[in-house]
Amino acid sequence: MPAPLSIRDRAAIVGIGQTAYTKASGVTEQRQAAEAITAALADAGLSIKDVDGVARFDIENVNELQLVYGMGIPHLRFFAGVPSGGGAVAGTLVLAAMAVATGQANVVVCYRARNRGKQSSHGAKPLQGGRPWAKHATALTDFYQWHVPFGLITPAQEMACIYRRHMHEFGTTSEQFGAVAVAQRAHAARNPHAVMREPITLADHHASRWIAEPLRMLDCCLETDGACAVIVTSAERARDCRQPPAYLLAGAQAEGPIHIQMADYLTHWQDKTAGAYVAEQLYAMGGVGPRDIDAAMFFDHFGPAVILSLEDYGFCARGEGGPFVAAGEHAWPHGSLPVNTHGGSLSEAYIHGYNHILEGVRQIRRTSSCQVEDCELVLVTSSNTDPTGAVLLRR
Amino acid sequence: MSQLIPTPVPNADNQGFWDACARGELRLQRCTACRAWRHHPRPMCPACGSFDYEWGLASGRGVVHTFTIVHRPTLPAFEDRLPYNVVVVQLEEGPFMVSNLLDCAAEAIAIGRPVEVVFEPLDETIVLPKFRLRAATTGQEIDR
Repeated sequence: MPAPLSIRDRAAIVGIGQTAYTKASGVTEQRQAAEAITAALADAGLSIKDVDGVARFDIENVNELQLVYGMGIPHLRFFAGVPSGGGAVAGTLVLAAMAVATGQANVVVCYRARNRGKQSSHGAKPLQGGRPWAKHATALTDFYQWHVPFGLITPAQEMACIYRRHMHEFGTTSEQFGAVAVAQRAHAARNPHAVMREPITLADHHASRWIAEPLRMLDCCLETDGACAVIVTSAERARDCRQPPAYLLAGAQAEGPIHIQMADYLTHWQDKTAGAYVAEQLYAMGGVGPRDIDAAMFFDHFGPAVILSLEDYGFCARGEGGPFVAAGEHAWPHGSLPVNTHGGSLSEAYIHGYNHILEGVRQIRRTSSCQVEDCELVLVTSSNTDPTGAVLLRR
Repeated sequence: MSQLIPTPVPNADNQGFWDACARGELRLQRCTACRAWRHHPRPMCPACGSFDYEWGLASGRGVVHTFTIVHRPTLPAFEDRLPYNVVVVQLEEGPFMVSNLLDCAAEAIAIGRPVEVVFEPLDETIVLPKFRLRAATTGQEIDR
């Protein structure tokens, strides 16, 4: 029996939905969200009238009010957001699971809608359309004043500093970064939803231009227009829905003493990272360990993030992430832990990592275009360079 | 330059840092209770919880902890200096600081290289702490 106050096995994802992933959708984020949520409800065999909860990124532009008046939710009882951008992915599911486990809601919609293709300009607000870093104010009142005046502006530049240090300490190489990009593109080549499906080689990776050394273009995620949504309900109710449930075996969030946008770059690199804190909580709740996991959907704003996540979540020792991917252990179908089997943010789409949840559910339903044989347990993580989180989905 | 570099707006917690830079001094918050140094500035000591601090004079010396060479894309205000470096310096006192290495070719930058602070005006009110390579006093590069 799970502890009475645990979310272990108390909730399940019963519906998934998405828009097309494109470089320029030509429609608003509100419409993208509505399309993805409508598709997810249809997948679950539920109606918008069944929805009484919303859990979202707190930086989401499409808020619960727009869902209430825009989609016809009649009576919303639970609504909440999770901070920290890509660090919020799994946290939305943790919130939803807590809500259904405690009876605060019966059917919770979780989603991310994001028009970030270069040509998208649907709104000029800081988090609407285009790149947020390009909209820095000329007067910096927040922690950005400690790095933007020095030209440290974009996430790629920040992460480059972290990955450079990893290379220095552990001998990680650009070629190992490339191994992540090449495998994920091979996964995407089989995925009809993927924006980038043309196979690439390590030579292509090496030839791609610098963005912020040591990051090359092919280390970076795409910029995509699109939306994803999932429907979470109680484990009891899930059994009556249209699709095989993906049960939330465990979910956790954590932040530890590590980099947050360079504002808090302390001396703890060799110590536990936020992801390692999450892993400890997650495995304790689920009563499982890394060896029980059949596939992982790691947040991959940049390919090297996968290398660090492999270490954070205990699939290899600290510093061994590079050799792990160089050996192809992350590549479907022969690797010991197929990672981002949809192509991830590098090749399927960058929906702020939310498309990774959908792929996790497909693996549990056994409908992935890179299906892991007998898949029973999938890890889905949030961004490991923010306050982060993860969930374990089980069949 | 068509656009201005975004500029820091000091507040009550960090005014002492920016005022010191304007005088050509690198001063960091130092807890008067437990003597821990900290940067960036914040109201309370995360080591001991004290609200009492002084603006301690730092040596201005440190080592390159990590760095990047920035290519496109970046803000328009920085485009005329591409490619440029950004370094994270670990100061002798312990804290880290994001900055730039002046007059230094990209190939000359490496983790562990000793550096020392210099000051460069950003605009009429703000002076930024920047760094230059310095000869290592110990005869060998520091790596921590």
